[in-house]
Amino acid sequence: MKKFNKVISAFMTSAMVTAMLAGCTDPASTATTNSQEPAQATESSSDNGATFKIGAIGPLTGGAAVYGNAVCNAAELAVEEINAAGGINGYQVEYSKEDDELNAEKSVNAYNTLKDWGMQILVGSTTSACSIAVSENTKADNMFQLTPSGSAEECVKYDNVFRVCFSDPNQGIASAQYIADHNLATKVGIIYDSSDVYSSGICQKFTEEAKDKNFEIVSSEAFTADNATDFSVQLQKAKDAGADLVFLPIYYQAASLILTQANTMDYKPVFFGVDGMDGILSVENFDTKLAEGVMLLTPFAADAKDDLTVNFVKNYQEKYGEVPNQFAADAYDAVYIIKQALEAKSVTPDMSTSDICEALKGAMTEIEASGLTSAKMTWEASGEPNKEPKAVVIKEGAYVSAE
Amino acid sequence: MHMDKKTKDNLITYGIVIAAFLVVEVLAMTGKLSSHMGGLLVPMTYYAIIAVALNLCVGILGELSIGHCGFMCIGAFTSATFSKVMADKIPSGPRFFIAFIIGIAVAALFGFLIGIPVLRLKGDYLAIVTLAFGEIIKNVINAFYIGVDSKGFHFSMENQMALNLESDGTMIINGAMGITGTPKDANFMIGIGVLLISLVIVLNLINSRDGRAIMAIRDNHIAAEASGINVTRYKMLAFTISAAIAGSAGVLYSHNITTLTASSQYFGYNASIMILVYVVLGGIGNIRGSVVAACILYLLPELLRGLNKYRMLIYSIVLIVMMIVNWSPKVIEWRKRTFANFGFKKKVKVVK
Repeated sequence: MKKFNKVISAFMTSAMVTAMLAGCTDPASTATTNSQEPAQATESSSDNGATFKIGAIGPLTGGAAVYGNAVCNAAELAVEEINAAGGINGYQVEYSKEDDELNAEKSVNAYNTLKDWGMQILVGSTTSACSIAVSENTKADNMFQLTPSGSAEECVKYDNVFRVCFSDPNQGIASAQYIADHNLATKVGIIYDSSDVYSSGICQKFTEEAKDKNFEIVSSEAFTADNATDFSVQLQKAKDAGADLVFLPIYYQAASLILTQANTMDYKPVFFGVDGMDGILSVENFDTKLAEGVMLLTPFAADAKDDLTVNFVKNYQEKYGEVPNQFAADAYDAVYIIKQALEAKSVTPDMSTSDICEALKGAMTEIEASGLTSAKMTWEASGEPNKEPKAVVIKEGAYVSAE
Repeated sequence: MHMDKKTKDNLITYGIVIAAFLVVEVLAMTGKLSSHMGGLLVPMTYYAIIAVALNLCVGILGELSIGHCGFMCIGAFTSATFSKVMADKIPSGPRFFIAFIIGIAVAALFGFLIGIPVLRLKGDYLAIVTLAFGEIIKNVINAFYIGVDSKGFHFSMENQMALNLESDGTMIINGAMGITGTPKDANFMIGIGVLLISLVIVLNLINSRDGRAIMAIRDNHIAAEASGINVTRYKMLAFTISAAIAGSAGVLYSHNITTLTASSQYFGYNASIMILVYVVLGGIGNIRGSVVAACILYLLPELLRGLNKYRMLIYSIVLIVMMIVNWSPKVIEWRKRTFANFGFKKKVKVVK
């Protein structure tokens, strides 16, 4: 029994140390310092005191905090801008955010907390699984939900849920169409991660869509997360098959290795990626010259030169001290899309949450929004966005529009 | 009426659970229950249930298991698979009941199978093997792709495309994405019901002939064997029951939230340790303590939401303080002295 107690105490100590560390290691602690009480920070009463209450949910702590903070910060920035410009339909907007720790259970708890606060419209959740879990509750409460970045198909299963980003399968379709429309290649090779839902989902739709296009898929090779270090076999197959474009529906870490290895075997096709490729220029020990000429389909590039993007990047950097990523852009657009939809139906904050939801559901299929992630966005009743994919080419270490 | 001490003690435990249920129901009916609290009720019951299950394993059987969330994971996935397939074919009441039977049975089966090799080990070795088991379950489920269409079930461990589903087919388990769209059948009343049933099973087991044999093995393995107790049989009995109860917690879990993924934050090492924290803080071998500790420790970080990131730090500090208050010999002595002045003299004597 004594020995048993020793074992127990050893485990308890380690558990507590883990808990302490989990509490302390917060990669995004710098980004949230000025938002302890977001509800009060943006609170300002309009003439008759009524305000719209918009809530956001995302992982603000833990491993995925980069995404959650990007979404919550950008939404906050948008709300502050809207309030400064006179609000929506003359009413000010209150904003609050809650942490879900990338945990579906906590995400529902976060939703309930926001509901108690009086939330009328939800921007979130940031990640797919959490968004699906929360949509069950928003459906039951008939609350309007616009997820900036929940890309899994099931996220918009209910009619009260819409999204800003492309769905995973849609990226595959859009990529195939872009390659065909711009005559980028005749023979295409694919390298994808079969252990990842995002990657295999895109690859599947790309393959289906490519059947009746003007190019041919000559090799389709998979890897898994466990052997994502050596790609020479996959590259050799694409090279032997004569592929002049290699489609990489994968995240940038693996893509950087592929580019390096293709260079050593002197294989120089066009590399074409999707939004997971965003970030390749910031990989450590990666020679960015190798990324020269890589094309990627991404909704947002922080280096774009249009006024909207330049202003957004400048304000975001001033306020939060970092360059915004595509999650931030999606969330920023989400708030402005809600504004436009609310204005289209002249919604007022004294309406019930359910009535606001019904009005917004109707408005979403009618409006045509323009924002950071696309100049023209419309929505199906299913919740899927229709927008032109933006392609960029990497030139001299920076994104340049491919058009 | 004469009632022995143990029966009285057990009745207090049931009483606390039922009282908590009634208080919440009254609050809910008068509209005083916030939706935040309302959403926490079902999770509280399933964490209390798995804490009871783990306490049976750790406190009564005396074997440290740190893979109990693995059993919860099995219960969750098997029952959710059943419910998803049968969603339109069976009305929700009987469907949920059968889901419970399936989840509990499969978890118990795995408890039995894993118990055969594992229970030959002791102490640290057993802890490490249970840890490995929990991780294996998680990783295997992450590699499963199961779909169903007009031709029947399709199964693959490669990827979704290898299933060759018809266009009308639906995915049941989609690899790392897990199961989405499980019907939300769980509610607080069912949760409390399952908690009460597990309490009845565990408390009666402890006070039975079998329970005394199990505790004899815990206290002195050799002496128990020498007295003719079938050590393997009783160890298996306790471990399997513990796994089955953990499975029922999994069934509640998967029918409370519509996304179910076998990722580490729900069923991994940390989650299992979390349950162990509930058990240790509530008192090893003290079933009532496990229930109370699970509820308090689950509620705490949620109630501290207003403190943003600091809640993680405060939570850790509270754990340390609770540990000291509950288990430090000096504090226990001080508590005894203090409470002795409040008319608890009789009880103190019994303890001494």
